[in-house]
Amino acid sequence: MDIVVCIKQVPETSDIGWDPKTGSLIREGVEGILNPNDKNALEAALQIREQHGGVITALSMGPRQAEDALREALSMGVDKAILLNDRIFAGSDTLSTSYALSLAIKKISRFDLILCGKESWDAMTAHVGPQVSELLNLPQLTYATEITIHNNSVTIKQKLENGFRILASSFPALITVEKEIDQPRIPSMESIMNAYRDKEVQVWTNEDFGEHKTHFGLKGSPTQSRKVYIKKVHKGKVAILEGKPDEIARNLIQLLKQKGLCCGIYVNWQYTRI
Amino acid sequence: MSIGNIQEYSGLWVFVEQRDGTPAQVSLELLGKGRDLAEKLEVDVTAILIGHNVSEMAEELIFYGADRVIIADDPIAKDYRTETHTEIIVEQVFKEKPEILLIGATCLGRDLAPRVSARLNTGCTADCTELDIDKEMGLIVATKPFFGRDLMADIICPLHRPQMVTVRPGVMEVKTHNRKRSGEIVYIDVNCEEEDIKVKVLETMRAVSDGMSLEEAEKVVVAGMGVGTKEGFEMVQEFAKLLGAHVGATSLPVDEGWVSEDKKIGQTGKAIRPKLYIGCGVSGAIQHSAGMINSELIIAINTNPKADIFNFADYGIVGDVSEIIPALIKELRAVKG
Repeated sequence: MDIVVCIKQVPETSDIGWDPKTGSLIREGVEGILNPNDKNALEAALQIREQHGGVITALSMGPRQAEDALREALSMGVDKAILLNDRIFAGSDTLSTSYALSLAIKKISRFDLILCGKESWDAMTAHVGPQVSELLNLPQLTYATEITIHNNSVTIKQKLENGFRILASSFPALITVEKEIDQPRIPSMESIMNAYRDKEVQVWTNEDFGEHKTHFGLKGSPTQSRKVYIKKVHKGKVAILEGKPDEIARNLIQLLKQKGLCCGIYVNWQYTRI
Repeated sequence: MSIGNIQEYSGLWVFVEQRDGTPAQVSLELLGKGRDLAEKLEVDVTAILIGHNVSEMAEELIFYGADRVIIADDPIAKDYRTETHTEIIVEQVFKEKPEILLIGATCLGRDLAPRVSARLNTGCTADCTELDIDKEMGLIVATKPFFGRDLMADIICPLHRPQMVTVRPGVMEVKTHNRKRSGEIVYIDVNCEEEDIKVKVLETMRAVSDGMSLEEAEKVVVAGMGVGTKEGFEMVQEFAKLLGAHVGATSLPVDEGWVSEDKKIGQTGKAIRPKLYIGCGVSGAIQHSAGMINSELIIAINTNPKADIFNFADYGIVGDVSEIIPALIKELRAVKG
């Protein structure tokens, strides 16, 4: 069972600048981490390999520093790591990113499954999984909380707003995983050292793909940020309740009573325990 | 794949998500918003409805704002599957060339929209909270909260069609249901064969509803970063219980595992519009406020008098949740006797 896992390096903090001209986030120089949800995809791949064998390749696109995310994947235990890195790729929207990833996966050529996190925690579009599936003409199984490998098929438990579905597909297929699917392993100090010292991160550029330049980067992206701006919502003046906690509480409850919002009984009230 | 001349693309489409013959709330919200946008562009609103035995819904969709309803009714489309829905929508888009396609950002919509956009080689803007038309350019401007504090981005798709947008449920209003509206209903053929579809639905499990959902709740008490600890969170729950309110949360309590993800409110969670919203230790960053700004009465408790939430709260309490909430609990107990 050969698996490609698509991963992304995301900024560690949400306090990040953007380029007012292009509307793109400025990722250079910002501390990056491996997207937490992608760790679930890596863990799922490692667990499948433990059962069924095969080769796991971690694939990422990003600036040179995204290599660190791939080193982390190597330290978790993947076999190979590939970084798509080229100035031409900069500023890609989701479709353009998916295009580059799909070309890389075609070049890898041997795979039975592609695993992705459901979404990245910076952009959170959840686009790349489905778009890569489409560009490779593969069935997509999204929002998996369980994956079961059978002889000639794979089934997942798909999490939806109001319940679950069990979906089945033949191979090859692309699966996006939810964070509750597993508990990603924490690599040992030794495997982290190994990942940096003994393992290789291959770097592929636009040259590795032949003539596809027009599909990459800002120019190859159908969507454009026209404007990025700070929005503060103002609704009018807030009335501040002052005093000691007891007085404030009395005044607030009084206020809610007047508005008929105090002690309505909600019969079906219950917590969701997790 | 070339899309040809973009001037040939005209009209606004709304994909209608349905379950057991009932349209999803977000689809009705999009029909309402779609009407406003279509009037600015002087074009019609078309609803595209896919499923089996769903035609009874068509008239309702017209009452909610559609000028025309396209129905793909076939046993093969009974369960939502990415492949069938994509095939049906893409084929019809090629035939009719709409300029805009709106899809609700539900689980289903977020599975479908990117797939359709990749096949059509067009842009899709995810999880928007505002939509408008730039009349000069004739483009839809999709606004979404952007990564980072209080950043918003206006996204356009100038050179590809249709311009696709997904919209979070709950952020747009459902327009009044108008029984006097009339429209056209068109049935289309479904050209999918079961043997070509790789994904099979083996089982569907519905969650048992735990009563009223967060989106429908009249009162919601929300715990934010300022609750500090699990104990602090539990205190807020206790307060909500006494008040007869639902509990919601910002990202932090969810990430800490104090409460399940389905209670998250904001850009990546649910959008609510209750009669009463009480934010406990909530700062009011756009990622959260995008999901609650339409609440009727907003009360904020926060230690920082400069917190954003005080810019749009009706009543504010500058204080620590760990002091204010126990006082409120005591007061409520006294009132209830």
